Amino acid sequence: MARLKKQFDRMSHLVLPLSVLVVLLIINLIKGADYFKITLINGVLYGNIPNILFGASELVILSIGMTLVTAAARGQDISIGESGAISSAIFVQYVLSAGEVTIWTILAGFLISCAAGIVIGAFNGTLVAFFNVQPMVATLILFLGGRSIAFIIDGKVSPILANPISNQIGTVIPGIPIQTPIILTAVFIALVVVVLKTTNLRLYVEAVGVNPSAARLNGINPRKIIFLTFLIMGVCSAVAGFIAVNKVGRHDSVNLLKFIMMDAILAVALGGNSLAGGKFSITGSIIGAYTIEVLNRTLLRLEVNPEAIKTFKAVFIIILMVIASPVVRASARKLIDKGKTFFTGYSPGQTGALNKAVVSMTDSSAKKEE
Amino acid sequence: MQPEIILKMEGICKSFPGVRALDNVDFVLRRGEIHALMGENGAGKSTLIKILTGVYQKDSGQIYLEGRPVHFKSPQEAQNMGIGTVFQEIALCPNLTVAENMFIGRSRDAFVNWKQMNKRATEMLSSLGIPASPTQELASCSIAVQQMIAIARAVDMDCKILILDEPTSSLDEDETRKLFALMRELKARGVGIIFITHFIDQVYEVSDRITVLRNGKLIGEHQTDELPQIELISKMMGKALSDVSALKKSEPPQSDDSVPVLQAGGLSSAAGVRPFDFTIHKGEVNGFAGLLGSGRSESVRAIFAADKVTGGEVKVNGKRVKIRTPLDAMKQGIGYLPEDRKNDGIIDELSVRDNIILALQVLKGFFRPLSRKQAEEFANQYMQLLDIKTPSLDTPIKSLSGGNQQKVILARWLLTHPMYLILDEPTRGIDVGTKVEIQKLVLKLAAEGMSLTFISSEIDEMLRVCSRLIVMKDREIVGELSGADLTEQNVMQMIAQGGE
Repeated sequence: MARLKKQFDRMSHLVLPLSVLVVLLIINLIKGADYFKITLINGVLYGNIPNILFGASELVILSIGMTLVTAAARGQDISIGESGAISSAIFVQYVLSAGEVTIWTILAGFLISCAAGIVIGAFNGTLVAFFNVQPMVATLILFLGGRSIAFIIDGKVSPILANPISNQIGTVIPGIPIQTPIILTAVFIALVVVVLKTTNLRLYVEAVGVNPSAARLNGINPRKIIFLTFLIMGVCSAVAGFIAVNKVGRHDSVNLLKFIMMDAILAVALGGNSLAGGKFSITGSIIGAYTIEVLNRTLLRLEVNPEAIKTFKAVFIIILMVIASPVVRASARKLIDKGKTFFTGYSPGQTGALNKAVVSMTDSSAKKEE
Repeated sequence: MQPEIILKMEGICKSFPGVRALDNVDFVLRRGEIHALMGENGAGKSTLIKILTGVYQKDSGQIYLEGRPVHFKSPQEAQNMGIGTVFQEIALCPNLTVAENMFIGRSRDAFVNWKQMNKRATEMLSSLGIPASPTQELASCSIAVQQMIAIARAVDMDCKILILDEPTSSLDEDETRKLFALMRELKARGVGIIFITHFIDQVYEVSDRITVLRNGKLIGEHQTDELPQIELISKMMGKALSDVSALKKSEPPQSDDSVPVLQAGGLSSAAGVRPFDFTIHKGEVNGFAGLLGSGRSESVRAIFAADKVTGGEVKVNGKRVKIRTPLDAMKQGIGYLPEDRKNDGIIDELSVRDNIILALQVLKGFFRPLSRKQAEEFANQYMQLLDIKTPSLDTPIKSLSGGNQQKVILARWLLTHPMYLILDEPTRGIDVGTKVEIQKLVLKLAAEGMSLTFISSEIDEMLRVCSRLIVMKDREIVGELSGADLTEQNVMQMIAQGGE
């Protein structure tokens, strides 16, 4: 029982994004009972759920990077879409200049674009970590100038990426029933999990985000860690750019990943992460990213006028953020305590400390039972 | 002729939950005098000031301003009655001009007459001899001038009483002199100045009268020229004068032939400590003694490279090493428990477990994380060893009591098995029981061969734990005491006489 409660405590920050997700899915089910229906067309699975996973690929990858930057630098990178546009422009140019396109050309192009992403991350990271520029101001530079750079690299309007391998990466590989971007996203998430398991990234980033001064006195260099998170963000942008450009089949430097940083920041917030840095949950951000995709598609499905979708989304987000705010949470907790008093004639939550004491007491008694 | 009394506080009492902060304190301020308010940490100085300025409400007692009883319900009210306050951190807006800073928020009009404002500011600045132009941006002035502008702002509000709370702590000698000139100018105009500082020499340089508080009680009010330094220090520390003045013959410091665990020569740091030498042997517990602000913390921070090291060399076990960052120091087997637990010690949102393993984890390196099981084992081991009371290892450290937080930080460093551990105020703000536990632990660790430096503002505690004391005053070492010389009298004597 105690262990279950502990597990639940560790998951408590996921309650909000998960419940929003569930509410949205229920709305969709009411709209049409066949919402979860998945059909097999030409050996590939299609349906609402695969579409959501497919559509959210870039956002999920970017929100992972955004989570790390937010946690360590206590601010957000608003140039991620532009950064993705630049690195994918380089990828496209490399592939187009290669002549015959093999899987190796694509792989080399991908690695080069990742390197470009790292260079961009290093630029932003240097400004933030070593010159103490506020993250949003530092990344504003590339947010404003990034698409022009991508346009210059393109050389002409929207170069077309017409080769079978790119097409397969953007859609499906014959014989595999799941669309490729979904697989790539899953692989990326797995990689992140491995990195978090085999390094101290989490501990270092959280320590720096919560208390840089104390982190420094324990031998961590806060500047290096903040710089590192921007490098990781750069890689995330490059991977997202790679997926996006292969999906579309051409490099549109104006519209590729446009305004995606807003959704990425929202995904981080929705995932229960503080935008002021510190402890972070990548699981939360990933769920947040998928929730945003579901929200977008739900509004479309409800036949909201495409022009009005942004307004609906804004209203929805306002409601969400108010519910998630500490003020509402505190009063909700009071209400719950009042309810408990009403039912048991005893108030466990007069003060937070008392509440904790009771929890720990029940915890320890439960342990004894074990 | 006795100057007219402008402020009289009688029988002021103030309690906070569990603490009697002020117990029947009287305080009298006369027109045209500089009155130093002295006391160690927790003596009640700031509580008294906060009651006077309306930040806190007194529990009982009476305040008379120019003979009339007054009761301030807010700082604004006190200000309107002519009580100006300038705090240690300058509460001005650096991006506004000097004149704007002097007049901001003081006019009820929606519109500002810029020309008139600048003209009045010019008059004020020149009459007080402050070297600044009204249209200059505040940030372009030196800290001392900013401090003076804050004073000018306070004085201009028809100020009868000016409170200066640690105004000189961030000033150099030259700037301090300028500030004192301004204080004397105001004094000549009949302003009563309450001056709070921890620099004893400055008190003697500028003040006319001294009131000493200790543990919330009034110890006495004296004419500055009638109170010798040593007597003042004994009053602040709470030791009888007879003990203090009894002198003992000094013995030569014991020589030790073994190679010291750590030896520093001419060490200095960006935090402003004068170059100093330092040696510690295996199993030795020594300490830096001195009043607050004497540079005792800055010295140990220099050893750990917590502040930027600007000079000097360090030998560990006789071998020269480079210590430029805290990580370098940690790799040499040095641990450091900082003075400011909240800002430099705990990572408040992280769990007790993460806080315990942090230093060890950093020493192991980025790519070698402890497994969760290992981390839990280590944390549990030290939780039992130091008797840390926490609901669970996953509890964020911020919800623990101060004493338990401190034990977690201790556990963090003990887990790295340091050969030299620096403890800066490890017992501050924690309950008596835990204090004694920590003292015992220090002695036990030393017996096991660890070298420790122990700093505390409570001299009794240092004498109980340390076998050698390095005495500091005004950011300089003024002497060293060990063996039979190690007495309170000698420490106080040394602080009083040192640097002269």
